[in-house]
Amino acid sequence: MNEAEIVAAILWLALTAYAVLAGADFGGGVWELLATGPRAGDQRRAVAEAMGPVWEANHVWLIFMITGLFTAFPMAFGIVSLALYVPFTLALIGIVLRGAAFAFRAHGREAVGEASAWGVAFGAASVVAPFFLASAVAAVASGSIRVSAGRLISDYTAGWTTPFALVLGLLAVAMCAYLAATYLTVETEGTPLEADFRRRAIAAGLVSGALALACLAVAGESARALVISLLGRGFPLLAIALINGPIALAAVWLSKPRIARVAVVAQVIFVLWAWVIGMWGYLIYPDVTIDNAAAPSSTLTPMLAVIAIGMAFLLPSLWLLFRVFKSRNPAAAIPPT
Amino acid sequence: MDNVTLARATMGTSLGFHIVFAVLGVGMPLLMLIAEGLWLRTHDAVWLTLARRWSKAFGILFAVGAVSGTTLSFELGLLWPRFMAFSGAIFGLPFSAEGFAFFIEAIFLGLYLYGWDRLSPLAHWLTSIPIAVSGALSAVFVVMANAWMNSPSGFHLGSGGQLQSVDPIAAALNASTPTEDPHMLVSAYVVTGFVVAAVYALGLLRGRDDALHRRGLVLGMSMAAVAIVLAGITGDSSARFIYQAQPAKFAALEGQYQTQRGAPIHLGGIPIDSQHRVVGAIELPGLLSFLAAFDTNAEVRGLDSFPPGQTPNPVVVHLSFDTMVGLGILIGLVALLFWILVIRTKQVPRRRPLLWAIVASGPAAVIVMEAGWFVTEFGRQPWVVYGVLRTSDAATTAPALGPTFLVFFAIYVALAVTTARLLVLQARRSRAAQ
Ligand code: HDD
Ligand code: HEM
Ligand code: HEM
Repeated sequence: MNEAEIVAAILWLALTAYAVLAGADFGGGVWELLATGPRAGDQRRAVAEAMGPVWEANHVWLIFMITGLFTAFPMAFGIVSLALYVPFTLALIGIVLRGAAFAFRAHGREAVGEASAWGVAFGAASVVAPFFLASAVAAVASGSIRVSAGRLISDYTAGWTTPFALVLGLLAVAMCAYLAATYLTVETEGTPLEADFRRRAIAAGLVSGALALACLAVAGESARALVISLLGRGFPLLAIALINGPIALAAVWLSKPRIARVAVVAQVIFVLWAWVIGMWGYLIYPDVTIDNAAAPSSTLTPMLAVIAIGMAFLLPSLWLLFRVFKSRNPAAAIPPT
Repeated sequence: MDNVTLARATMGTSLGFHIVFAVLGVGMPLLMLIAEGLWLRTHDAVWLTLARRWSKAFGILFAVGAVSGTTLSFELGLLWPRFMAFSGAIFGLPFSAEGFAFFIEAIFLGLYLYGWDRLSPLAHWLTSIPIAVSGALSAVFVVMANAWMNSPSGFHLGSGGQLQSVDPIAAALNASTPTEDPHMLVSAYVVTGFVVAAVYALGLLRGRDDALHRRGLVLGMSMAAVAIVLAGITGDSSARFIYQAQPAKFAALEGQYQTQRGAPIHLGGIPIDSQHRVVGAIELPGLLSFLAAFDTNAEVRGLDSFPPGQTPNPVVVHLSFDTMVGLGILIGLVALLFWILVIRTKQVPRRRPLLWAIVASGPAAVIVMEAGWFVTEFGRQPWVVYGVLRTSDAATTAPALGPTFLVFFAIYVALAVTTARLLVLQARRSRAAQ
């Protein structure tokens, strides 16, 4: 691998971390919106407790990706920002409202509780953000964004307004909800909430599976290139995902929350990396590649050094954070109603 | 409105909003660190109460800072795709470093806010150190990027305008960095110090004359007083640097139309472009030349000596500069008076006019800082990268910038109103709990 490919791989890893960590936070918002039954209040509290200490850190993966992209692949950043102005702006609105609403509620529940506009904003924004981020991904992967001599030549609706983008957006929302529900079954192990989240995880898992198949079905028209690459170099990972999917669901079903958590996270990673490996070499298929968009090596070398130094501080800190907050069951502190 | 105007309006609003939370994100952790440290040393519970209250307020402020900062990182691309496609490889490095500073800050803030009962007192105090350090570092890194826009260096362009070689470390350590970075960093402490002092001065005025309020006031005024002296010193070196490096910005901020030896300083006054002069200003002869070059006879280049379309708007830049310096001196005097009285009487002054002046200094410090950014940003016009890339060539061609501006404007209003409401509510709740 050359330097540009190493940086690209690091950015994909950051995307993976964002998907499995922040994805679950978005999913928490979905369950907040869909909290029902006699324990609705407890469900919301469990979501808030699980997200509270970690969502800020989870969110920084996104910032890391953006700044990494514009440093290492400035041309690609310029092109996606231009071509995907609308979906990115909508996703951004979702991200802003989600974060603010969550913080406001966590720090002033009685003023901006569930019933307030901020409570609704939290849930709604948690759906909007992953939906539009995924429809932007659909545009990038489907070959609709066209570039010639460093200039965008396709229009501002290319790629993210197709049926494929719509279904992929829905799939992203469902996967977030699936992730969140499986994490929450672990967090609430041994309380009545565990059963609630288990049921939700099963539902979200089934919906995700159906949407994933629908995705492949509609991809034939609007994202042929993606299908070809998934069935080519990406196939081994796709195959593992196809096998792992039912295993994950079975683990949820059989009340094995810890195994289920691993399996569902793995599912997200396999699907994502089937795409990454399948389309390796391209940033925006087919015109922008890792090679033709990369910054000169005089930028990439110091950037890799900064990343190495940064990681030396970051990884032990992250370990500490999850060690302090995720080793204990926070929801056990919630008195049953 | 055209895209360039809308993009500038959106960018300026987002930055003007973010910077308020950002400076508190730099200054508040240091105050929390000091207060909690004093508690560990003295076991005086008042210090602990201060640290805990600040950490609660900071939980909200940090989140709003984080979401508004996220907006900015997207907007760099969404509003200025050509600027980023050109500059990313050159000035992106400090942003990458900043990303790690954010990480560390967010992680340790999670530990700090939610770890009061899970960590030992010493371990808890230790988590505040990385927060304060990485908060300051994020400001230092991002201002390096802004300094590069003022003094672009570390790259060579080929004959067709394409990048030929890049040295991102030289770009980060550009000529503006040594003046702009220290001035910004100390300004963050100026603002935090005065804002915190203002809150406790208001409490004292409302009759809450207890140890908590007195110490909050003293701690805030300590930070403010030290930092404002440093702001004056670093600001002076900023101005002197600009005299040499960005003569058009310097002429605009001083309201200097004619090139002149022994140039006077214009205090106040409004530049009238059509008449090529500043009306209503107090003129101190020779002083500008002296301040710029330590020589009352030095030549100061005037706006008239630049080709048309190469100068910033002197009305905005001059008024902003006078606001920064004028109001900055005023709040500095408030701090001076406060400390004279403390040293003379050996107790916290209770004179109502002084306390009211401190209350006013809080918002005034924010205005001073915003005005300083207006000088920097409007003063750089018409360039986004000084002398290299024009703002008008950098803006996006995407449609629907108008609605974006309106939506984000509405979001900022909602965020500001809710933040204020929650902070008031928090204060009321902690008082009731006492
Ligand atoms: C709250 C704090 C504060 C105070 C008391 C001052 N400033 Fe300031 N000033 C800022 C806060 C600030 C700022 C907002 O932080 C700026 C914007 C960009 C920067 O780096 O700092 C700034 C920018 C800025 C610039 C433009 C720098 C550039 O474009 O590169 C100049 C010339 C000065 N200042 C000069 C002064 C002088 C001569 C001061 C006092 C006597 C002064 N400032 C007080
Ligand atoms: C340190 C980081 C900063 C960076 C990287 C940055 C970057 C930019 C960019 C790219 C633009 C658009 C191009 C231009 O008009 O020249 C801009 C404009 C602007 N920025 Fe900054 N900025 C920074 C800090 C700030 C802050 C803290 C403020 C606070 C008030 C601010 C106020 C503005 C305003 C008002 C404009 C519009 C200027 C105009 O229309 O003439 N900037 N900035
Ligand atoms: C002078 C200007 C700036 C200063 C001093 C500054 C400083 C800070 C600080 C201290 C924080 C931590 C959050 C907080 O405590 O509130 C922060 C957050 C953030 N800033 Fe800024 N910033 C500036 C301008 C910018 C610009 C121009 C960008 C855009 C690229 C930006 C992007 C961000 C982002 C993305 C975050 C959120 C990080 C997180 O998720 O925790 N900032 N900024």
